[in-house]
Amino acid sequence: MHFLFKTRYEQDIALFKHGGQRFWYAALAVALLAAPWLLSEYTLSQITFIGIYAIVCLGLMLLAGFTGQVSLGHAGFLAMGAYTEAYLQAHGWPFVISLPLAALVAGITGIMIGLPALRVKGLYLSIATLAFGFILEQAVVSAEGITGGNAGLQLDKLVIAGVDFDDGTNFYYLVTFIAVLCVLGVLNLLRSPTGRAFVAIRDSEVSAQSMGINLAHYKTTAFALSAALAGIAGALYAHKIRIITPDQFGFLQSIELLMMVVIGGLGSIQGAIFGPAFWFLVQQLIVTGKDWLPPELGQQTGLQPTIFGIILVAIVLFEPLGLYGRWLKFRTFLEIFPFYRKGMFKRQKSYMKSERMK
Amino acid sequence: MTAPMLQAVNLSVHFGGLKAVNDVSFDVWPNEVFSLIGPNGAGKTTIFNLISALYRPTSGEVRFEGEVISRMPPHVVARHGIARTFQNIELFEHATVLQNLLVGRHCYRHTGWMQDLLFTGSVRRAELEFRRQVEEVIEFLDLQHYRDSLVVGLPYGVRKVVELARALSMRPRLLLLDEPSSGLNTEETEDMGFWIEDIKADLGITVIMVEHDMGLVSRVSDRVLALNLGEVLTLGTPEEVQAHPGVIEAYLGGVEQ
Repeated sequence: MHFLFKTRYEQDIALFKHGGQRFWYAALAVALLAAPWLLSEYTLSQITFIGIYAIVCLGLMLLAGFTGQVSLGHAGFLAMGAYTEAYLQAHGWPFVISLPLAALVAGITGIMIGLPALRVKGLYLSIATLAFGFILEQAVVSAEGITGGNAGLQLDKLVIAGVDFDDGTNFYYLVTFIAVLCVLGVLNLLRSPTGRAFVAIRDSEVSAQSMGINLAHYKTTAFALSAALAGIAGALYAHKIRIITPDQFGFLQSIELLMMVVIGGLGSIQGAIFGPAFWFLVQQLIVTGKDWLPPELGQQTGLQPTIFGIILVAIVLFEPLGLYGRWLKFRTFLEIFPFYRKGMFKRQKSYMKSERMK
Repeated sequence: MTAPMLQAVNLSVHFGGLKAVNDVSFDVWPNEVFSLIGPNGAGKTTIFNLISALYRPTSGEVRFEGEVISRMPPHVVARHGIARTFQNIELFEHATVLQNLLVGRHCYRHTGWMQDLLFTGSVRRAELEFRRQVEEVIEFLDLQHYRDSLVVGLPYGVRKVVELARALSMRPRLLLLDEPSSGLNTEETEDMGFWIEDIKADLGITVIMVEHDMGLVSRVSDRVLALNLGEVLTLGTPEEVQAHPGVIEAYLGGVEQ
């Protein structure tokens, strides 16, 4: 166990709080760089998916976990990004321009969806975003001229500056690079006035207003940024899948994204990465484990949703902070071994609204 | 003392048929502690909500340094230099004390989200400056010990102080305190009294306060406005108001004639 002795204010705004963190994140960076040599092509492809989903979850985390605006229509923003990218690529735009444009288009959609957020709160907002998701899915089906309707769109090989990114390793590096940039961006936001305004809105709108925070402005910003991140992820997703159809961006996708964020742990950046990582891991385990189960159970159609449903219920009941909360406990256990007590993280039932989790 | 700092002019607010505040007028002068007292439902907190523009008056207006503020959105009113605390404590609970206080500096930010996203040099400098200013408040209210604690885990008395600290971080010119001593023990109330005196004397901030504890009211207030059922009973020094028959009647009930 170590104590941090702070001598400068800079230490509180530094991204890495101490040498230990710097070491472990460096180790993680090395592991990410070395992954293509260590892992099979299939595993690498799965990790690429985790990276893509981590970007969407990061956006959703910013919105739901930090600004307190739960969106049930995030697949819609994903679709905006994916279709913009596919359309622009087909019209010969280079990736370095089409990716920011995909983010921009999704971000603008986010602003439009954010507008009801200025009037409605909580459950009603979620329902408004849910409706948006359905409308957008229908719009994609109807706009056959641009989106190819139900038949979908096919994407060409991704080539940037003569380098072929259709190759699994190159694409993995591309996704990892963009994901790291996104994480850094969100971390920057959260340690600056914008991020604090988001958190203020989540915890108490009335006092946020009285501190001079323009609710309309910051809620719209949160929606726009969140949607833009989903747009970036959508563009990468389109290149990964190579063929996009409306049903990939349906209601279920939105729910899955929200589940990933909740499982990962609302209100933590790590949660936005743990969530999708855990999701793909469990999915893999289910696929592998299926064969070991008796056929009456293993071949059931609803097996995967049921298992994820049970996991979600368990998380909500036992670990409201999600996997990140679990991880915190485990880390504390190691750090202060052997002094860890079971009730250490139990919050005392203190005053009034303290226990509410949004 | 040339002009009043805050003026309430024929202020009324009606919720349906209920006249929560009815034709109330008063002036608050710079650098005084002005208390609002009255039994429950007298309209004290409603007046606070009118000043900070959370409610719109049905008729009448609030002027701050000559400017009508009662038609502005709340965040603009805050930027004019009016800070407040809440009766039921409205802190940002899942944030640290330090973050709560830094939100108080929000009005003074001059960077946009794009600069924040990149954490540019100007954001960094502003952050360090905000931190330095917030540390002054932490020093003033002895909150050093709680700087990095999450608000959820703090006891009630400390939260009350944190909320005061957050309001002070805005460096307001007018501070609205909604029942600063409610839920505090005698010792904490004593401290609160000292702080209010210091806020007035050392920081030169005008204070309007809603308070039930008459000991605290008489100790720190320059003038007291007594309200009952949304109307002004009397206005004067704490002694005058306490001796006023209408006030005694409102608190203790009328004497049968």
